[in-house]
Amino acid sequence: MSQVAAASHAAEPAESPLTPESWGKLGMWVFLAGDAMSFGALLAGYGAIRAGSVDWPNPLHVLGISLTAFMTFLLICSSVTMVKALSAIKHGNRAGLRNFLLLTILGGVTFLGLQAYEWTHLIHSGMTFTSNPHGSYLFGTTFFAITGFHGMHVTGGVIYLSIVLVNGLRGKYSAENHNGVELVGLYWHFVDLVWILVFTFIYLIG
Amino acid sequence: MSASHKEPNYMAVFFLLAVLTAIEIGVVYLPTTKMIIAILLVGLALGKAALVAMYFMHLKFEKRTLGIIALTPLILCTLLIIALLPDLTGAPHKTTTIPAEQAAAVEQPEAMPADAVDGEAAEATIQQ
Repeated sequence: MSQVAAASHAAEPAESPLTPESWGKLGMWVFLAGDAMSFGALLAGYGAIRAGSVDWPNPLHVLGISLTAFMTFLLICSSVTMVKALSAIKHGNRAGLRNFLLLTILGGVTFLGLQAYEWTHLIHSGMTFTSNPHGSYLFGTTFFAITGFHGMHVTGGVIYLSIVLVNGLRGKYSAENHNGVELVGLYWHFVDLVWILVFTFIYLIG
Repeated sequence: MSASHKEPNYMAVFFLLAVLTAIEIGVVYLPTTKMIIAILLVGLALGKAALVAMYFMHLKFEKRTLGIIALTPLILCTLLIIALLPDLTGAPHKTTTIPAEQAAAVEQPEAMPADAVDGEAAEATIQQ
Protein backbone atom coordinates (compact mmCIF):
# COMPACT_ATOMS: atom_id res chain seq x y z
CA MET A 1 0.00 0.00 0.00
CA SER A 2 2.76 2.42 0.93
CA GLN A 3 4.54 1.48 -2.30
CA VAL A 4 1.48 2.40 -4.31
CA ALA A 5 1.20 5.69 -2.46
CA ALA A 6 4.88 6.41 -3.09
CA ALA A 7 4.52 5.59 -6.80
CA SER A 8 1.49 7.84 -7.20
CA HIS A 9 3.31 10.58 -5.30
CA ALA A 10 6.27 10.28 -7.65
CA ALA A 11 3.90 10.66 -10.61
CA GLU A 12 2.41 13.87 -9.20
CA PRO A 13 3.70 16.93 -11.06
CA ALA A 14 5.75 19.44 -9.15
CA GLU A 15 4.09 22.83 -8.73
CA SER A 16 5.55 25.66 -10.79
CA PRO A 17 4.08 28.38 -13.02
CA LEU A 18 5.02 26.23 -16.01
CA THR A 19 3.17 23.21 -14.69
CA PRO A 20 -0.34 22.74 -15.99
CA GLU A 21 -2.45 19.94 -14.54
CA SER A 22 0.02 17.35 -15.81
CA TRP A 23 3.37 17.17 -17.58
CA GLY A 24 1.73 14.97 -20.19
CA LYS A 25 -0.67 17.76 -21.06
CA LEU A 26 2.16 20.29 -21.31
CA GLY A 27 4.07 17.85 -23.53
CA MET A 28 1.05 17.26 -25.77
CA TRP A 29 0.48 20.99 -26.21
CA VAL A 30 4.13 21.59 -27.10
CA PHE A 31 3.93 18.75 -29.64
CA LEU A 32 0.69 20.11 -31.09
CA ALA A 33 2.19 23.59 -31.40
CA GLY A 34 5.06 22.10 -33.40
CA ASP A 35 2.65 20.05 -35.47
CA ALA A 36 0.58 23.17 -36.11
CA MET A 37 3.71 24.76 -37.57
CA SER A 38 4.05 21.84 -40.00
CA PHE A 39 0.50 22.40 -41.22
CA GLY A 40 0.99 26.18 -41.14
CA ALA A 41 4.09 25.89 -43.32
CA LEU A 42 2.32 23.55 -45.77
CA LEU A 43 -0.67 25.90 -46.06
CA ALA A 44 1.51 29.02 -46.35
CA GLY A 45 3.52 27.31 -49.09
CA TYR A 46 0.27 26.35 -50.79
CA GLY A 47 -0.87 29.98 -50.64
CA ALA A 48 2.39 31.24 -52.11
CA ILE A 49 2.34 28.72 -54.98
CA ARG A 50 -1.33 29.35 -55.70
CA ALA A 51 -1.12 33.16 -55.59
CA GLY A 52 1.70 33.17 -58.13
CA SER A 53 0.11 30.70 -60.55
CA VAL A 54 -1.91 31.84 -63.55
CA ASP A 55 -3.30 28.42 -64.45
CA TRP A 56 -4.59 27.39 -61.02
CA PRO A 57 -7.94 25.60 -61.42
CA ASN A 58 -10.95 26.58 -59.29
CA PRO A 59 -11.04 23.89 -56.56
CA LEU A 60 -14.85 24.02 -56.60
CA HIS A 61 -14.79 22.75 -60.20
CA VAL A 62 -12.24 19.98 -59.57
CA LEU A 63 -13.03 18.76 -56.05
CA GLY A 64 -16.50 17.89 -54.80
CA ILE A 65 -17.40 19.84 -51.68
CA SER A 66 -20.56 17.98 -50.68
CA LEU A 67 -18.56 14.87 -49.75
CA THR A 68 -15.89 16.86 -47.91
CA ALA A 69 -18.51 18.98 -46.15
CA PHE A 70 -19.90 15.71 -44.83
CA MET A 71 -16.36 14.62 -43.83
CA THR A 72 -15.99 17.91 -41.93
CA PHE A 73 -19.27 17.28 -40.17
CA LEU A 74 -18.12 13.74 -39.37
CA LEU A 75 -14.91 14.96 -37.70
CA ILE A 76 -16.87 17.52 -35.68
CA CYS A 77 -19.20 14.70 -34.55
CA SER A 78 -16.21 12.55 -33.57
CA SER A 79 -14.84 15.47 -31.54
CA VAL A 80 -18.13 15.58 -29.65
CA THR A 81 -18.02 11.84 -28.94
CA MET A 82 -14.42 12.36 -27.75
CA VAL A 83 -15.40 15.02 -25.19
CA LYS A 84 -18.28 12.75 -24.15
CA ALA A 85 -15.77 9.89 -23.61
CA LEU A 86 -13.63 12.09 -21.35
CA SER A 87 -16.71 13.39 -19.55
CA ALA A 88 -17.88 9.78 -18.96
CA ILE A 89 -14.61 8.63 -17.38
CA LYS A 90 -14.43 11.81 -15.27
CA HIS A 91 -17.66 10.56 -13.73
CA GLY A 92 -16.20 7.07 -13.39
CA ASN A 93 -18.38 5.66 -16.19
CA ARG A 94 -16.17 3.05 -17.89
CA ALA A 95 -18.91 1.72 -20.18
CA GLY A 96 -19.50 5.28 -21.40
CA LEU A 97 -15.78 5.72 -22.03
CA ARG A 98 -15.71 2.49 -24.08
CA ASN A 99 -18.82 3.35 -26.11
CA PHE A 100 -17.84 6.94 -26.90
CA LEU A 101 -14.25 5.94 -27.75
CA LEU A 102 -15.64 3.30 -30.14
CA LEU A 103 -17.86 5.93 -31.77
CA THR A 104 -14.87 8.30 -32.08
CA ILE A 105 -12.79 5.55 -33.71
CA LEU A 106 -15.70 4.76 -36.03
CA GLY A 107 -15.82 8.44 -37.06
CA GLY A 108 -12.09 8.43 -37.80
CA VAL A 109 -12.22 5.20 -39.80
CA THR A 110 -15.21 6.41 -41.82
CA PHE A 111 -13.38 9.66 -42.52
CA LEU A 112 -10.38 7.69 -43.82
CA GLY A 113 -12.65 5.50 -45.96
CA LEU A 114 -14.28 8.54 -47.54
CA GLN A 115 -10.88 10.12 -48.14
CA ALA A 116 -9.67 6.93 -49.83
CA TYR A 117 -12.81 6.99 -52.00
CA GLU A 118 -12.21 10.65 -52.89
CA TRP A 119 -8.54 10.09 -53.71
CA THR A 120 -9.35 7.05 -55.89
CA HIS A 121 -11.94 9.08 -57.76
CA LEU A 122 -9.53 12.00 -58.33
CA ILE A 123 -6.64 9.76 -59.39
CA HIS A 124 -8.92 8.00 -61.92
CA SER A 125 -9.90 11.42 -63.27
CA GLY A 126 -6.21 12.03 -64.06
CA MET A 127 -5.16 14.15 -61.09
CA THR A 128 -2.07 12.77 -59.37
CA PHE A 129 0.88 14.06 -57.35
CA THR A 130 2.60 15.19 -60.55
CA SER A 131 -0.19 15.77 -63.05
CA ASN A 132 -3.48 17.60 -63.29
CA PRO A 133 -5.61 17.82 -66.44
CA HIS A 134 -7.44 20.88 -65.07
CA GLY A 135 -4.41 23.23 -64.90
CA SER A 136 -1.28 23.60 -62.82
CA TYR A 137 0.09 20.21 -61.75
CA LEU A 138 1.09 21.80 -58.44
CA PHE A 139 -2.63 21.78 -57.64
CA GLY A 140 -2.39 17.98 -57.47
CA THR A 141 0.94 18.08 -55.60
CA THR A 142 -0.31 20.43 -52.88
CA PHE A 143 -3.69 18.71 -52.66
CA PHE A 144 -2.27 15.23 -52.10
CA ALA A 145 0.57 16.46 -49.87
CA ILE A 146 -1.68 18.42 -47.52
CA THR A 147 -4.73 16.12 -47.39
CA GLY A 148 -2.32 13.16 -47.19
CA PHE A 149 -0.43 14.72 -44.28
CA HIS A 150 -3.75 15.27 -42.54
CA GLY A 151 -4.94 11.75 -43.40
CA MET A 152 -1.79 10.33 -41.78
CA HIS A 153 -2.66 12.31 -38.66
CA VAL A 154 -6.15 10.78 -38.67
CA THR A 155 -4.59 7.31 -39.13
CA GLY A 156 -2.23 7.98 -36.22
CA GLY A 157 -5.18 9.23 -34.20
CA VAL A 158 -7.21 6.08 -34.86
CA ILE A 159 -4.24 3.96 -33.68
CA TYR A 160 -3.73 6.19 -30.63
CA LEU A 161 -7.47 6.03 -29.79
CA SER A 162 -7.42 2.23 -30.16
CA ILE A 163 -4.52 1.98 -27.70
CA VAL A 164 -6.40 4.17 -25.21
CA LEU A 165 -9.53 2.05 -25.77
CA VAL A 166 -7.60 -1.15 -24.97
CA ASN A 167 -6.09 0.49 -21.87
CA GLY A 168 -9.59 1.56 -20.86
CA LEU A 169 -10.95 -1.97 -21.32
CA ARG A 170 -8.16 -3.20 -19.02
CA GLY A 171 -9.41 -0.76 -16.41
CA LYS A 172 -6.50 1.69 -16.54
CA TYR A 173 -8.69 4.79 -16.31
CA SER A 174 -11.01 5.92 -13.54
CA ALA A 175 -12.65 9.07 -12.20
CA GLU A 176 -9.34 9.95 -10.49
CA ASN A 177 -6.99 8.86 -13.30
CA HIS A 178 -8.13 9.95 -16.75
CA ASN A 179 -5.09 11.84 -17.97
CA GLY A 180 -4.46 9.42 -20.86
CA VAL A 181 -7.98 9.98 -22.18
CA GLU A 182 -7.57 13.74 -21.94
CA LEU A 183 -4.29 13.62 -23.90
CA VAL A 184 -5.70 11.54 -26.77
CA GLY A 185 -8.65 13.95 -26.78
CA LEU A 186 -6.33 16.95 -27.22
CA TYR A 187 -4.66 15.23 -30.17
CA TRP A 188 -7.97 14.24 -31.75
CA HIS A 189 -9.48 17.72 -31.43
CA PHE A 190 -6.33 19.16 -32.98
CA VAL A 191 -6.76 16.87 -35.99
CA ASP A 192 -10.35 18.15 -36.26
CA LEU A 193 -9.20 21.77 -35.92
CA VAL A 194 -6.62 21.35 -38.68
CA TRP A 195 -9.20 19.76 -40.99
CA ILE A 196 -11.44 22.81 -40.53
CA LEU A 197 -8.57 24.96 -41.88
CA VAL A 198 -7.59 22.49 -44.63
CA PHE A 199 -11.22 22.24 -45.75
CA THR A 200 -11.42 26.03 -46.05
CA PHE A 201 -8.10 26.65 -47.80
CA ILE A 202 -7.98 23.62 -50.12
CA TYR A 203 -11.65 23.06 -50.96
CA LEU A 204 -13.72 26.18 -50.36
CA ILE A 205 -11.67 29.19 -51.42
CA GLY A 206 -12.41 29.33 -55.14
CA MET B 1 -7.21 17.43 -9.89
CA SER B 2 -10.36 16.73 -11.88
CA ALA B 3 -13.57 18.73 -12.26
CA SER B 4 -11.75 21.99 -11.48
CA HIS B 5 -14.08 23.75 -13.91
CA LYS B 6 -17.71 23.39 -14.87
CA GLU B 7 -18.15 21.32 -18.02
CA PRO B 8 -19.08 23.51 -21.00
CA ASN B 9 -22.25 22.79 -22.95
CA TYR B 10 -20.66 20.56 -25.61
CA MET B 11 -23.87 20.12 -27.59
CA ALA B 12 -24.21 23.91 -27.96
CA VAL B 13 -20.62 24.07 -29.29
CA PHE B 14 -21.39 21.19 -31.65
CA PHE B 15 -24.53 22.93 -32.89
CA LEU B 16 -22.60 26.17 -33.45
CA LEU B 17 -19.87 24.32 -35.39
CA ALA B 18 -22.46 22.58 -37.58
CA VAL B 19 -24.25 25.86 -38.30
CA LEU B 20 -20.96 27.63 -39.11
CA THR B 21 -20.07 24.78 -41.52
CA ALA B 22 -23.45 25.19 -43.26
CA ILE B 23 -22.87 28.97 -43.47
CA GLU B 24 -19.44 28.31 -45.04
CA ILE B 25 -21.03 26.23 -47.80
CA GLY B 26 -23.55 29.02 -48.37
CA VAL B 27 -20.86 31.72 -48.45
CA VAL B 28 -19.06 29.88 -51.28
CA TYR B 29 -22.01 30.62 -53.59
CA LEU B 30 -22.54 34.27 -52.58
CA PRO B 31 -22.80 36.57 -55.61
CA THR B 32 -19.83 38.74 -54.65
CA THR B 33 -16.10 38.99 -55.39
CA LYS B 34 -13.73 36.08 -54.73
CA MET B 35 -11.76 38.27 -52.32
CA ILE B 36 -14.78 39.00 -50.09
CA ILE B 37 -15.78 35.31 -50.13
CA ALA B 38 -12.22 34.29 -49.20
CA ILE B 39 -12.09 36.77 -46.30
CA LEU B 40 -15.48 35.55 -45.01
CA LEU B 41 -14.39 31.89 -45.31
CA VAL B 42 -11.09 32.46 -43.47
CA GLY B 43 -12.94 34.37 -40.74
CA LEU B 44 -15.48 31.56 -40.32
CA ALA B 45 -12.73 28.90 -40.29
CA LEU B 46 -10.72 30.77 -37.63
CA GLY B 47 -13.89 31.13 -35.57
CA LYS B 48 -14.56 27.39 -35.79
CA ALA B 49 -10.93 26.58 -34.96
CA ALA B 50 -11.14 28.90 -31.92
CA LEU B 51 -14.34 27.15 -30.75
CA VAL B 52 -12.65 23.73 -30.98
CA ALA B 53 -9.52 24.96 -29.14
CA MET B 54 -11.40 26.89 -26.44
CA TYR B 55 -14.13 24.38 -25.57
CA PHE B 56 -13.17 20.91 -26.87
CA MET B 57 -9.49 21.34 -25.98
CA HIS B 58 -10.42 23.22 -22.78
CA LEU B 59 -8.00 26.06 -23.54
CA LYS B 60 -10.50 28.52 -22.03
CA PHE B 61 -10.16 26.77 -18.66
CA GLU B 62 -6.40 26.14 -18.65
CA LYS B 63 -3.48 28.05 -17.18
CA ARG B 64 -2.05 30.86 -19.28
CA THR B 65 1.07 28.82 -20.10
CA LEU B 66 -0.87 26.53 -22.42
CA GLY B 67 -2.53 29.50 -24.10
CA ILE B 68 0.88 31.01 -24.81
CA ILE B 69 2.10 27.70 -26.23
CA ALA B 70 -1.01 27.52 -28.44
CA LEU B 71 -0.48 31.10 -29.67
CA THR B 72 3.16 30.50 -30.65
CA PRO B 73 2.47 28.74 -33.98
CA LEU B 74 -0.07 31.45 -34.87
CA ILE B 75 2.57 34.16 -34.42
CA LEU B 76 5.23 32.13 -36.26
CA CYS B 77 2.83 31.39 -39.15
CA THR B 78 2.00 35.09 -39.44
CA LEU B 79 5.72 35.84 -39.69
CA LEU B 80 6.06 33.05 -42.27
CA ILE B 81 3.29 34.55 -44.40
CA ILE B 82 4.97 37.98 -44.21
CA ALA B 83 8.23 36.34 -45.29
CA LEU B 84 6.42 34.75 -48.24
CA LEU B 85 4.70 37.99 -49.34
CA PRO B 86 7.29 38.75 -52.04
CA ASP B 87 6.42 35.40 -53.61
CA LEU B 88 2.69 36.08 -53.37
CA THR B 89 3.01 39.34 -55.29
CA GLY B 90 5.84 38.31 -57.60
CA ALA B 91 5.71 37.71 -61.34
CA PRO B 92 2.91 35.30 -62.29
CA HIS B 93 4.22 31.94 -63.36
CA LYS B 94 2.82 28.89 -65.04
CA THR B 95 3.70 25.70 -63.28
CA THR B 96 3.23 23.14 -66.05
CA THR B 97 6.39 21.31 -67.07
CA ILE B 98 6.72 21.85 -70.83
CA PRO B 99 5.65 25.07 -72.62
CA ALA B 100 3.97 23.13 -75.50
CA GLU B 101 2.10 20.92 -73.06
CA GLN B 102 1.19 23.98 -71.06
CA ALA B 103 -0.39 25.80 -74.00
CA ALA B 104 -2.35 22.70 -74.93
CA ALA B 105 -3.57 22.20 -71.37
CA VAL B 106 -4.73 25.80 -71.04
CA GLU B 107 -6.36 26.15 -74.47
CA GLN B 108 -7.95 22.73 -75.00
CA PRO B 109 -8.36 20.88 -71.76
CA GLU B 110 -10.80 18.39 -73.33
CA ALA B 111 -8.24 17.26 -75.94
CA MET B 112 -5.78 16.25 -73.23
CA PRO B 113 -4.92 12.63 -74.13
CA ALA B 114 -3.73 13.39 -77.67
CA ASP B 115 -1.90 16.53 -76.56
CA ALA B 116 -0.25 14.67 -73.75
CA VAL B 117 1.30 12.35 -76.33
CA ASP B 118 2.50 15.41 -78.28
CA GLY B 119 3.85 16.83 -75.04
CA GLU B 120 5.87 13.71 -74.45
CA ALA B 121 7.20 13.89 -77.97
CA ALA B 122 8.16 17.51 -77.40
CA GLU B 123 9.84 16.56 -74.17
CA ALA B 124 11.81 13.85 -75.96
CA THR B 125 12.85 16.38 -78.62
CA ILE B 126 14.00 18.84 -76.00
CA GLN B 127 16.01 16.19 -74.24
CA GLN B 128 17.80 15.40 -77.51
